Amino acid sequence: MIDFGQLLTVGISQLIGPSAIFFALLALGLNIHFGYTGLLNFGQIGFALVGAYGMGISVANYGAPLWLGVLIGMACGVVMALVLGIPTLRLRADYLAIVTIAASEILRLVTRSTSQTEFTGGTQGLTGFGDSFAALNPFTQPSYTILGLEIRGPDLWAILMGWTVVALCVLLTWLLVRSPWGRVIKAIREDEDAARALGKNVFAYKMQALALGGVFGALGGIVLALATQSLTPDFYSPPQTFFAYAALILGGAGRVLGPVIGAMLFWFLLSVADAFLRQATAGENPLLPFISSQDVGAIRFVLVGLFLGLMMVFRPQGIFGRRREVLGDGR
Amino acid sequence: MIALLGTVMLSGTALAAAPAPTAPAPATASAAPAQEQDGIDVSGTLRNQAGDPLPAVTIVAERDGTPVAEATSQADGRWQLSVPAAGSYTFRLDESTLPPGTEVLQGETTREVSDGSLNTVVFRFGEEVEGSGGAGFVTVLRLLVDGIRFGLVIGISAIGLSLIFGTTGLTNFAHGEMVTIGAVVAWYINVAGGVQLIPATIMAMVVGALLGAANELGIWRRLRRRGAGLIAQLVVSIGLSIALRYLVLIFFGGRSESFTDYTAQTVRDYGPIALTDKDLSAIVIAIVVLVAVALLLQKTRIGKAMRAVADNRDLAASSGINVDRVILFVWMLGGALATLGGVLFALSELSSTVQYEMGFRLLLLMFAGVILGGLGTAYGALLGCLIVGILVQLSTLVLPLDLKYLGGLAVLIVILVFRPQGLLGSRARIG
Repeated sequence: MIDFGQLLTVGISQLIGPSAIFFALLALGLNIHFGYTGLLNFGQIGFALVGAYGMGISVANYGAPLWLGVLIGMACGVVMALVLGIPTLRLRADYLAIVTIAASEILRLVTRSTSQTEFTGGTQGLTGFGDSFAALNPFTQPSYTILGLEIRGPDLWAILMGWTVVALCVLLTWLLVRSPWGRVIKAIREDEDAARALGKNVFAYKMQALALGGVFGALGGIVLALATQSLTPDFYSPPQTFFAYAALILGGAGRVLGPVIGAMLFWFLLSVADAFLRQATAGENPLLPFISSQDVGAIRFVLVGLFLGLMMVFRPQGIFGRRREVLGDGR
Repeated sequence: MIALLGTVMLSGTALAAAPAPTAPAPATASAAPAQEQDGIDVSGTLRNQAGDPLPAVTIVAERDGTPVAEATSQADGRWQLSVPAAGSYTFRLDESTLPPGTEVLQGETTREVSDGSLNTVVFRFGEEVEGSGGAGFVTVLRLLVDGIRFGLVIGISAIGLSLIFGTTGLTNFAHGEMVTIGAVVAWYINVAGGVQLIPATIMAMVVGALLGAANELGIWRRLRRRGAGLIAQLVVSIGLSIALRYLVLIFFGGRSESFTDYTAQTVRDYGPIALTDKDLSAIVIAIVVLVAVALLLQKTRIGKAMRAVADNRDLAASSGINVDRVILFVWMLGGALATLGGVLFALSELSSTVQYEMGFRLLLLMFAGVILGGLGTAYGALLGCLIVGILVQLSTLVLPLDLKYLGGLAVLIVILVFRPQGLLGSRARIG
């Protein structure tokens, strides 16, 4: 009735698939923001959007080479951090949260607007930005079998490059949080006023952290767009940010590897639950007759929302975090 | 001009017809779950400019110029067809099958049809706006009235948000869902229960108040007792918001559903301004309720207690005010007003339909208004929301219609740069 073999295959492929890479990068950025500096960025998906569209528009519309497109995408993340950070980083935490979630929705509305179609492709999205990435693919066979999983050549290339980017971001995070810079941002998270009393320019450090995490988010958008060869605005909807939060909190905020392990585990669990629900609601005599198969996509969002709230209340440090390092107090 | 009003409302429906945010692409690494559907359903409802359903009209779906499916609308204007696969299709009305005298504004539309989401196609009827250069002042005046109406609706919904922030310090991201659920409850009582919309709204406001109380007693009071910090509470409220929004999607569905009353009304002229009766009523109801709330805050014991708690919680508690009871009352008031705001929003901005995402869309404008006026102040919130409403409507003069919320949200960022405490706020709250 329930094909557990299929559940497991789907789950394992999600452990390493493009979604896990994408949310690992988003969560790595949020880890710098939320985990280390205590900034509440509720619009990380907006950073991914500007990264992906910065790369996509410069490559597809203006014929820029891929490396330049990637740099432009990352620069877009920095610019967005500056625009959102300058007005809000001196204020209470919730102002940044409100402004970032509003900005991510504005960006989605602008990119999908029919008035911008010739620029962004409107709701249809952009195409034709990934040809040079595909041309670099060294895996020319149609499919490869690795540990019993059959992976198409282009996917193997995308996954390999994606995890390389994740590894570089992890390395950078690891180096930074052990540096004096990392100690300052952690001090800001623990007590902003104390850091300021020690003569640190709190605003500048917060700005740098916001920009760095934003660039990680932008890289996430770029990698996903190249891996899936698609770029449509409605994918970048505000709830996606909270998938990344759920992954971060599951893995443990404020730990270097927390977001990566969190994202892999989160996608494993989510896709197994998804596949289970699809099996349980399909067919002649479904196991769960009261759920229609169209609702499965919505149930995923409900589960993530509940999970996020419950984790935050009952186990804010996640699996690997240290409770005393988790930001919980009001500021 | 009448047609412009019609377009503004209809474009609300067009926005809602966007596919629900689809989950990220499934595994490309290996076997994606088998697709066993033999077609994807696309549907819609045809209504003419007066809001009457159009039966027996033929709709053709074409892919790359070849027709792939065809449907005929039923007596209630509904139509449904099924296309073989996901992709881009052009949907065209067969205008020869339309009743005589129907003006078509947009009879052809190209859309991306995707699997697993609701695919709705909207055709627009009505007369084209005549671009007469001399009508500039009248256009501005009419948009101003629309803006005041929209601002009042935002304000009604946002009072609860602002008061809850003032008394508890919580920025409640789930407030938008209180608006949605209020409107959905009113829709159920109105459509399934067969109750006229006005009593249905009052009943829904009672439910909204109870929902607010349940929120406070079930979640937020417990969290405060546990000593949860502001940031933890923010994350909990956004989690709650997402869970509730998609629960509404599951139980209510992704369509725009219309109320049984006040769906279509004729426009009356009041000098240079033209309003439907329901628009005028929305303005009057909003003003009456807002005056009542102001009187409540200024004159009654509970209102004074609310202001005292917002001003200084500890001082209020030590002068004998039962802070928990005051906060519970604020939640109930906020829930009831959010419900009313939801119904008025549906009636005046969404052409009498209810949608699962309406609250979230309003939430961002509420935040813009509340911050513009000053977080935590009741009157500031109202002023800010009025300005945001007017800005949103006036911005349609220069911005395309699908970007009309942009101005309201841009003002949020601008005000934070120049006057972060808002127009009427005090500096002490923001640091």
